[in-house]
Amino acid sequence: MMANHHDHSHGHDHHEEHEQLKVLGFWIFVVTDCILFGTLFATYAVMMHSFAGGPTGKELFELPGIIASTFILLTSSFTSGLAVLAMNKGKVKELIAWLAVTAVLGLAFVVLEVNEFTHLMHEGATMATSGFWSAFFTLVGTHGLHVSVGLFWMVALMMQLKRRGINAVTRRKVTNLSLYWHFLDVVWIFLFTVVYLMGVM
Amino acid sequence: MTQHQNHGGHQDHGSLKSYVIGFVLSIVLTIIPLVLVMNQMLEKTALVITILVMAILQFVVQLFFFMHIREGEKPRYNVQTLILGLVIVFTIIAGSIWIMMFNKY
Repeated sequence: MMANHHDHSHGHDHHEEHEQLKVLGFWIFVVTDCILFGTLFATYAVMMHSFAGGPTGKELFELPGIIASTFILLTSSFTSGLAVLAMNKGKVKELIAWLAVTAVLGLAFVVLEVNEFTHLMHEGATMATSGFWSAFFTLVGTHGLHVSVGLFWMVALMMQLKRRGINAVTRRKVTNLSLYWHFLDVVWIFLFTVVYLMGVM
Repeated sequence: MTQHQNHGGHQDHGSLKSYVIGFVLSIVLTIIPLVLVMNQMLEKTALVITILVMAILQFVVQLFFFMHIREGEKPRYNVQTLILGLVIVFTIIAGSIWIMMFNKY
């Protein structure tokens, strides 16, 4: 391993360094995304009690489905970590398998969210119902959109890993994807706490 | 070379143990507020503060055990960026809530 490293050490290290820089760049994007969610949370906090005579969150939220989503996303955050571990061990099949598990859990999360939104709309809570529901759908929907985009990314990356295996470039991509996925889980924790738990109190 | 080895080894951070600890802590920190809220075990203000603290703790847990924030290269631009981001987020949220308190009536 050491000798191998030595052989093409120069070009390789340069490459690695460049990929490292891209990870930092992606991290900066994640932080700016964090600010985006911050503004949506601020809007939600302001609109929290503006029901305009319409239904409230307390009346319509169904906690069991939300609790299921929470644990599904938490587990997927863990499995995306296991994917990184498999990558560090150089096991490409294990890596793809854990990414697949993560993607399935992510898909389950999105399906549950779509169900929840349909249910809410049936009950008469839409974007146009009140300030509260506008803020709610924007905040929760933006998170759901992020998860959906992450799913496409994950599938594309799995295909690339299958074709090219683990190299400096795919390594960086897996690292970034798992960062993104952990970040989405963190955002969900705050959504769960602020929107749902505080909503049903 | 040693430095370069470390550099390459940067990717190898994180162990199964740290992920399992992070996962278990996250589950515990999710269940506690859930139980507290569903059984209305505290008075409202105390309850809100407690569950917010749990959420922040869980954020810290994921930051350390899943995102390996400690293991970045020095200087830690990632930590600096994160702190700047959090200051902005805090200002936007706390500022919005504060300013809107004057708009109630």
